[in-house]
Amino acid sequence: MVRPFGWPEAVVAVPAAALVVVTGAIPLDHVRAEAAHLGPVIGFLAAVLVLARFCDDEGLFRACGAWMARWAKARPGRLLTAVFALASAITAVLSLDATIVLLTPVVFATAARMGARPKPHVYACTHLSNTASLLLPVSNLTNLLAFTTSGLSFTRFAALMVLPWLVAIGAEYVVFRRFFAHDLGAAAPEPSAEEPPEVPVFALVTVGCTLAGFVAASALGIDPAWSAAAGALVLAGRALARRRATPLTVVKAAAPSFLAFVLALGVVVRAVVDNGLADALGRLLPDGSDLPALLGIAALAAVLANLINNLPAVLVLLPLTAASGPGAVLAVLLGVNIGPNLTYAGSLATLLWRRIVHQHEHGVDLKEFTRLGLIAVPAALVPAVLALWLSLQVVGG
Amino acid sequence: MRVVVWLVEGTWPACVDAVRGHVPGAAEVVLLHVSEPDVPGLAHGAFAGLLGRARSEPDPGDRMETLGTTSAARLLDAAARRLDRPATRLERAGRAEREVVAVAEGADLLVLARDGDRAHLGPRSLGPAGRFVVDHAPCPVLLVWPESPPDVATLPPPPPHP
Repeated sequence: MVRPFGWPEAVVAVPAAALVVVTGAIPLDHVRAEAAHLGPVIGFLAAVLVLARFCDDEGLFRACGAWMARWAKARPGRLLTAVFALASAITAVLSLDATIVLLTPVVFATAARMGARPKPHVYACTHLSNTASLLLPVSNLTNLLAFTTSGLSFTRFAALMVLPWLVAIGAEYVVFRRFFAHDLGAAAPEPSAEEPPEVPVFALVTVGCTLAGFVAASALGIDPAWSAAAGALVLAGRALARRRATPLTVVKAAAPSFLAFVLALGVVVRAVVDNGLADALGRLLPDGSDLPALLGIAALAAVLANLINNLPAVLVLLPLTAASGPGAVLAVLLGVNIGPNLTYAGSLATLLWRRIVHQHEHGVDLKEFTRLGLIAVPAALVPAVLALWLSLQVVGG
Repeated sequence: MRVVVWLVEGTWPACVDAVRGHVPGAAEVVLLHVSEPDVPGLAHGAFAGLLGRARSEPDPGDRMETLGTTSAARLLDAAARRLDRPATRLERAGRAEREVVAVAEGADLLVLARDGDRAHLGPRSLGPAGRFVVDHAPCPVLLVWPESPPDVATLPPPPPHP
């Protein structure tokens, strides 16, 4: 397929960042501060990307397909439950990229092999890659950015977010069971003979140790990124030792152009914020972290994410909410993580860009997509904010 | 006699069985499956929402387009085995309801299964795609229940004023 303008977004973002620095739209010490802030985040992100990629090489996602098929017993409703469980876990631990890039094709193949209609299950993957990315700082790049701003420890972040995470996933599940009732009611005619899955023990143990490392690092006051780096090194090292990967594939797995894009985007957004956006948005954002303020912040974050994509949205909103405390920062996350389910391609800006470069919707029924989003986003977001407020009362900001 | 059989995941066996039960053995049977581009499209959209990853990670929608072709071929194979008579396999891509109507042009019979609520008798037993095909079919239609039909007791009560 020919894709005009199919280059990495970094090709646009890096020169744009250079331009705002050269023209003095952003003072040099702000550039330095932004780089110092984003540097560790980018390292953390690279480690998680490598970890997920080599989990795939170890056969983790293939095994997920076999587990789902076995649990489903040729019943589409049970398959949806299995997809919800696995997609939520994968998103939380290995980030939303892993769910979209690595798990979604496996879910599609599993549904097809079962003879089930794939649409509800693929929709579940795309929705959960957003909604289920609330739990841990590693689940989403937006969380990593907020995590460093919030001053929360890894475990405290997870403790505050576990209830909103569960509530949001539960709400999505209820919406999906009703919305896709007819598709899920169609019986799958051929319970295919599934060979018992080979359990990818090494990958599972490494991921488990990495998670334990997050908790230990946060208790000892060490940056949890080191634990992610260790996990990534173990899996990549094993692939290198077995000659299943080269140093080049490891570097590629860390997505260097994406990392450059994040840094450049941070600089550009900082320049825009410095030059007036902070004042404009600051007037709209509610102060404090009582329940109405949290609801207002989350709603504004969701709207902004749907306009300009959640990555710039979180970069814009974090400096404005950091002063109101961790509650406000986490409310921003609820908005920017759950919100993108409303718009195809995550935001109107991306959708517009795809129109401009003629990457059309590939026949997606936008009416159905938006109808599902209009039901699922408020249904997940409002209870999640309530759950966050409750967690803040119990755990304490 | 040319008979077009529209096969959909989950409900196709009932259509094949209907052909075996109601269509003379000499008829020319076309087994039709339509792949809709919307499911890979969902993955394309989700990937586009991951800002900055173009070229760094593979677009999952591309892989799903390949997988979709394979699974459609498997479905048609399974249907042909179940039918156990000579039949033409036809795989089309596009909006299912429009493709089915186009293929049914000039056919003597179109066989399809209900794709809506299967617990009650009534108009909701047809989903949007099935409704469109039934309303626009350019030939006689044989509409089957995917499983045994609901009880006549599920009929809604008559309107209050005669």
